[in-house]
Amino acid sequence: MSVRHALLALLSEGPKYGLQLREEFEANTGQVWPLNVGQVYTTLQRLERDGLVSAVSDAEPGGEPGPQKAYRTTEAGSAELVQWLRVPPDLSTPPRDDLVMKVLIAVRVPGTDVSEVIQAHRRYLVELMQEWTRLKEDDNGRDVAFALVVDSELFRIDSVVRWLDAAEARLRRALADGWNPAKAAAATLSAGLPTRPKMGVRR
Amino acid sequence: MSVLELRSISKVYGRGAAEVQALRDVSLTVAAGEMVAVMGPSGSGKSSLLTIAGTLEEPTSGAVVVNGEDTLRMAGGAKSRIRRRAIGYVFQDFNLLPGLTAAENVSLPLELDGTSMRKAHLAALKALEELGLSDRARHFPDQMSGGERQRVAIARAVVGERSLLLADEPSGALDSANGESVMRLIHTYCKRGVAAVVVTHDAQLASWADRVVFLRDGRVVDQTAAPAGPETLLESSS
Repeated sequence: MSVRHALLALLSEGPKYGLQLREEFEANTGQVWPLNVGQVYTTLQRLERDGLVSAVSDAEPGGEPGPQKAYRTTEAGSAELVQWLRVPPDLSTPPRDDLVMKVLIAVRVPGTDVSEVIQAHRRYLVELMQEWTRLKEDDNGRDVAFALVVDSELFRIDSVVRWLDAAEARLRRALADGWNPAKAAAATLSAGLPTRPKMGVRR
Repeated sequence: MSVLELRSISKVYGRGAAEVQALRDVSLTVAAGEMVAVMGPSGSGKSSLLTIAGTLEEPTSGAVVVNGEDTLRMAGGAKSRIRRRAIGYVFQDFNLLPGLTAAENVSLPLELDGTSMRKAHLAALKALEELGLSDRARHFPDQMSGGERQRVAIARAVVGERSLLLADEPSGALDSANGESVMRLIHTYCKRGVAAVVVTHDAQLASWADRVVFLRDGRVVDQTAAPAGPETLLESSS
């Protein structure tokens, strides 16, 4: 999460104080990402150092940020914000996902019921989704920013549940067809690991 | 009190080589005011469970108890009555009668149960008003959007103080915003005391339920724990 750019965005509306920035940041993210005021001041200091914001009027430029010091964006700051909004975050490299690893490994552990392992994770994830849904329900769509954040969490967790469903179906089919994970791995090794194309498009 | 109680339900379709065991020893109790989602892949027995709970189909063995009454021991007439008065159904494709207006669709089950046309009509208008569909009362299903049609179908399912709502992929044909409003609506009725069973393969929809039951190969393999307070979630994300 980019606190830096979120602060630039809030300052693009006009000069603001650190405390005010913290409050607005939390309100704008449905209070799901709490931010302490120290973090705000450190970030403002760095933004000032990089020439992206400047202190307003009565305060000394370069001095310690504090409650009495307001900031505004510079031209470079506005340009940086415009640029950042349009650059997609890097999703091209698959993260090393713990859950994917657990399922891949469960397949290789003798005597392990993979469906049962998958179900333990599925239940946990659905319980987590129930909690998010309850938050959304209680708020009843009043806080749009909050609903956006909750939706994004729900879609993210949902995609993991769907992967578990697909993984279970794929493994069941493969096992029913006589697939043996240890033998299959040995065969792949002796044939030499296939080289796969590198992922990633130019952003 | 439990509104629905399925006791050791098994269901076998076909015989010999063509025999399919759709449900194996499934027990499920749903209390008044509780919303239960049944999640499972296609072929896991979700729809059989729902038709058996709704007394539309009989199990091969086990008992189906609705509002304390064992429906398998009931005479045909009594069973139809409980089906009309206590149970409401919502289907993925809405199943509204195309030749009837929204209000007529909602009032039909009451009329079939012997309520006078005028009373049934007033009850239907009230149900539609609650769903914000007053201006749609005289519209036919093909003049309404998918989301509106499903809300009318839900009004039809709950009109007349019915205690058990059974829904089969109720938002399967809707986009996510409409799907959400359908689940929100079902949950609202549950808060007023209706018991609901919603069958779905969609975790986002299932997460509206108080309890999620997981079905695999006709068996209940797992279910979610009692809900923790939402506070824990915000604390853990800080």
